[in-house]
Amino acid sequence: MRRELGLALLLVAAACAPLYLPPYELSLLGRFLALAVLAMGISLIWGTGGVLSLGQGVFFGLGGYAIAMHLKLAGLAPAEVPDFMQWTGLNTLPWWWVPFRNPAFAIAAALVVPGAAAAVLAYLVFRRRVSGPYFAIITQALALAATTFIISQQQFTGGFNGLTGFSSAFGFSLGDQRTQFGLYWLTLGIVAVTFVGVRALQGSLFGKVLLAVRDGENRVRFLGYDSLPFKVIAFAVAGVLAGVAGALVTLDLGVISPAMFGVVPSIEMVIWVAVGGRNSLLGAIVGTLIVNFGKDWISSVFPDLWLYVVGAVFVLVVTVAPQGIVGLMRLRARSPRLRRATPPALVE
Amino acid sequence: MSESTLVVGQLFNGISVASILLLAALGLALSFGLMRVINMAHGEMLMMGGYLTYLSIGVFGKGPGFAIGLVVAFCGTALFGALLEVTLIRRLYGRPLDTLLATWGVSLILQQAARSIFGPIGVEVTAPPWLSGTLSLGGTVMTGFSIPGVRAFIIVLAAVVLGAVALIIARTRLGLLIRAVHENRPIADALGANTRFIDLAVFSLGTGVAGLAGSALSLIAPVTPTVGQSYIVYAFLVVIVGGLGSLTGTLAAALLVGVFSATAQIATSQSFSDVLLLVCVIVFMQFRPRGIVAQGSRALDET
Repeated sequence: MRRELGLALLLVAAACAPLYLPPYELSLLGRFLALAVLAMGISLIWGTGGVLSLGQGVFFGLGGYAIAMHLKLAGLAPAEVPDFMQWTGLNTLPWWWVPFRNPAFAIAAALVVPGAAAAVLAYLVFRRRVSGPYFAIITQALALAATTFIISQQQFTGGFNGLTGFSSAFGFSLGDQRTQFGLYWLTLGIVAVTFVGVRALQGSLFGKVLLAVRDGENRVRFLGYDSLPFKVIAFAVAGVLAGVAGALVTLDLGVISPAMFGVVPSIEMVIWVAVGGRNSLLGAIVGTLIVNFGKDWISSVFPDLWLYVVGAVFVLVVTVAPQGIVGLMRLRARSPRLRRATPPALVE
Repeated sequence: MSESTLVVGQLFNGISVASILLLAALGLALSFGLMRVINMAHGEMLMMGGYLTYLSIGVFGKGPGFAIGLVVAFCGTALFGALLEVTLIRRLYGRPLDTLLATWGVSLILQQAARSIFGPIGVEVTAPPWLSGTLSLGGTVMTGFSIPGVRAFIIVLAAVVLGAVALIIARTRLGLLIRAVHENRPIADALGANTRFIDLAVFSLGTGVAGLAGSALSLIAPVTPTVGQSYIVYAFLVVIVGGLGSLTGTLAAALLVGVFSATAQIATSQSFSDVLLLVCVIVFMQFRPRGIVAQGSRALDET
């Protein structure tokens, strides 16, 4: 009960943030909380399911583009096409852009498209019992292919620059401070709902079987379960969460571009979760906030240092603290004698 | 140039790209097959090999510099690989996904170090005089078509290295031990094989070969801090398609991937061929999930 109370207090403190945080820090916090939604998805598939994905950025991007396409069209007269299409000489809107005029369709697409894409990929790969490192590499290739493809299709996707230059979102002016506050609270609400939802999922029979699949997939099969749907569903859920994060970040930043979700950003998403603690949902949120605030601080003070730091963090987290910050704290909470006796269980 | 020479030319380019992929994938396939280690810093071994070649040309001049550069690149990256194995990889055996993350960290550090030392733009290596000519195939059906010397050299280099590695594995005592550990690690260990040393030797050999690949690569493209990253994903796809621990499989997969990319690029474009390649790999996995040359095993749980 004390834990729930603590979390509730934390939520209240976060909800009051617009009262005491300066606007720049508040917008950072909002954006990083949106990223935490994606991180909780990684925690579900990697921590609970044992599936490492190096391509979560792709689903993030799909969600972001779905919203960005709507925002782009919303500011235009019915016969107009977006500016970057005009520059490349395209005078009619491609058919697959048209339904994004409808805001409900765009929001639905931001959820359904990443989820469906993740489900299809997971089904195709896990169906033949290809797993572990192979899956990680396939997802990385996906991140590479997706970004080069989007960059090359400039007349349809805005290419390297992505989609930007929105004035309003769903009837609210994006420059308005009240919109920023609203977006922040919306993000915080989604974070809370995701936290509760994923935790319920992990506590359910589904979550228990998923955990068993991580620890001994063949044994689970011998007990009569087919592991495939569990992995596919978990990966689809993580895909949806990544899409939600992409949509929120696009609204917040006013831009989505391939540089935000390629190979390198995708693997950085994994490090957020690794730093926080891959087996802890709260760790995913904490890790996302720490790494991103750290990145913001270091890259503004020592721009050349960031890659060294993140590289060292990768190495250190894996060798010294495989269970992340949360793991270290749990270790401290135990008695020193116990700490030496039982190292934290680590399972691939 | 006629239609057929264009196709042959592109095919030839594909084979020379495949040669570099083969050299890059060889070390990955060896160390993943033997130790279940995914070395994400492998691409940076290419980069390091390229920069070492550049440096030795600076020191020894154009003519002998490149030949010395090949040796320096091999030895330097092999040494770095050994260091990496002893300090980091060794702690992470049995946790393939963690080796992936840790070596990715190493690769970021190496990239940034290269950027700090050599600048972000990259350096050019000019081919030595003895490679700058072309081989022409006059008098045959391919009249008017000529092979650039550097590309021919790269193909020969890959063939020689592949042959040497195959020989080591098939004919030497070290090779015998490698095969034994590959087949059954605990039994080999129990029979007195020094598995730690064998792991170290294989890992170091793999990174050394990647250094050679970097040397070769520096002949056809500028060496940049991120040159490794653009090859590593393809090299991993080669490993997946080829199957583990089989040189034949790796060779076949490198040829498939290299020639496929080259021909797909004529038919469509660079970016589209990437997408097509990934789709083909996923489709291929539906039929042969364990690669072209699947290793037979009765073990239940394998990673």
